[in-house]
Amino acid sequence: MNGQVLRAGFIPLVDAAPLVIAHEMGFADEEGLALDLQRAPSWSTLRDLLVMGHIDAAHMLSPVPVAAALGLGGIQARLDAISVLSANGNVVGVSQRLAERMRCNGYAFDFADADAAGRALIAATDGQLRIGVPFPFSMHAELLYYWLGALGLPAPQALDVRTVPPTLMAEAMAAGEIDAFCVGEPWGSLAVENRVGTLLLPGAAIWNFAPEKVLAVRHDWTRDAPDRTAKLIRAVWRAGRWLSKPGNRAIASDVLARPEYLDLSSELLDRALTGRFIISPSGEQKARDGFVLFHDGACGFPWRSQAAWIAQRLAARTGLDRGAAAAAAKQVFRTDLYRQALSGQVADLPGASEKLEGAITEPTEVATAAGTLILRPDRFFDGQIFDPSAVQR
Amino acid sequence: MTDNLSIVVVEKDRDRALLIVDSLRASGDHNIFVISEETGLARRISERNPDIVLVDISSPSRDMLEELTLASSPLDRPVAMFVDRSDDGLTKAAIEAGVSAYVVDGLQPDRIKPIIDAAIARFHMFQRMRTELAATKRALQERKVIDRAKGILMKAHKIDEDAAYALLRKTAMAQGRKLADVAEALVTAAELLS
Repeated sequence: MNGQVLRAGFIPLVDAAPLVIAHEMGFADEEGLALDLQRAPSWSTLRDLLVMGHIDAAHMLSPVPVAAALGLGGIQARLDAISVLSANGNVVGVSQRLAERMRCNGYAFDFADADAAGRALIAATDGQLRIGVPFPFSMHAELLYYWLGALGLPAPQALDVRTVPPTLMAEAMAAGEIDAFCVGEPWGSLAVENRVGTLLLPGAAIWNFAPEKVLAVRHDWTRDAPDRTAKLIRAVWRAGRWLSKPGNRAIASDVLARPEYLDLSSELLDRALTGRFIISPSGEQKARDGFVLFHDGACGFPWRSQAAWIAQRLAARTGLDRGAAAAAAKQVFRTDLYRQALSGQVADLPGASEKLEGAITEPTEVATAAGTLILRPDRFFDGQIFDPSAVQR
Repeated sequence: MTDNLSIVVVEKDRDRALLIVDSLRASGDHNIFVISEETGLARRISERNPDIVLVDISSPSRDMLEELTLASSPLDRPVAMFVDRSDDGLTKAAIEAGVSAYVVDGLQPDRIKPIIDAAIARFHMFQRMRTELAATKRALQERKVIDRAKGILMKAHKIDEDAAYALLRKTAMAQGRKLADVAEALVTAAELLS
């Protein structure tokens, strides 16, 4: 393998696929990049490795660069999101004890209706719901707080939120430390496989088109290595397109299953990639179209409005000025670099850099430089619409 | 003495924890507490309200400590990530050694340094031992597989051990594969056929 070596870190999750595939299927090589992929044990370590310059790029939770821009969580370095690696891809699950109680109350697990699922969950909870999320700054936390908050449960105040790394989520549930979780695949399916949990919802049932992981780099690096930045964006974009083809899913899960990546059975990884889930230890099957997206609907495009949505949620919780937070966050989602890297390519990009989040209810054509592009629905389960230009202070 | 620092070491391995504690003691008369259980880690730490928390960087449970850095943390004083503090060289060394530290904001750097230095030395040593152990384990495992493959060949071809080994070696070289990989394939195939 020749080319410029680029060190990239990832957490063992299905949505690390774009980086893994860019490496394994030669998309990085085509750009003259030699990806040196490093599996990290935890999100905080991955973030520190990136901040300290031990790696050049990272598979990162979308709220982490935003939180860094707001000075939250003790990170002062500026991190930029140069593309969105994936949209959606999380599951919400409950313990067998809680699932049993919900069933007794007449709830049928449909793995689809967030409103009904949330009400059933709240009704079946006595005392404080102990819920595991992988990291304080994560789409998992945001989706949970948004969902339960909209249903009248003050979140996170009314919840007992526990930080549990994805790889340990099923264990924490088995040990009775948590009643519910929101986690990225395949770690939710592992809880089902280990007979300790039942899947309640895909994350997409709460927000149809949530920016889940981003490709994060140091802000300085984009300035010092503009060429490599563009190459990396293109390699990952091509990997995402490859992943979106149904015929490639079996290969993708076989590659991801290898010991150096996820080290799990490919059958377990298939579930997220195909959207066909086994939601309970008794074997109930449910399908979810668009469970995790790597390419469709131009999901790699880092919408500034997505950054603003995350920022105003974080700001509201931590008592920061919401308008200022949204403005700072928009600078972190590098729509400009993404456009530069992919313009003149086969990629068709939206003309705008912000959208009304939650306003697209049907697949919608939008104008682009090359013609039209079909955006996927980005609805919130409660029909709310977020206007990034009208963030209240 | 008010000059003593309270230090929490998060470490599952008892022997390793003891060694770390010993080396920290050598750097001053500190109040050291070891947490070996991951359950409720953040809560256990906040109960202690330490000045410094040391944790192995390769432990996934390190993410549980991030809760401590949040405004809503049960700690009276915010805990800042060590990596964001002034001494960049020390931070780099710590990360390379595989130790991460959480330090209460406002603590003087000259009070932190000896502790981190001591921790770094210990973590370095352990990392080396861990790597060596892993290599040894792998070598043993490979030896076992090669022995089994030799046995299969000896039985099938009615040849002696040296000839079986030579055959394995020749096949590996012809295919450009590792001896252990060829042996593994043979053992797997033999298991399927038996």
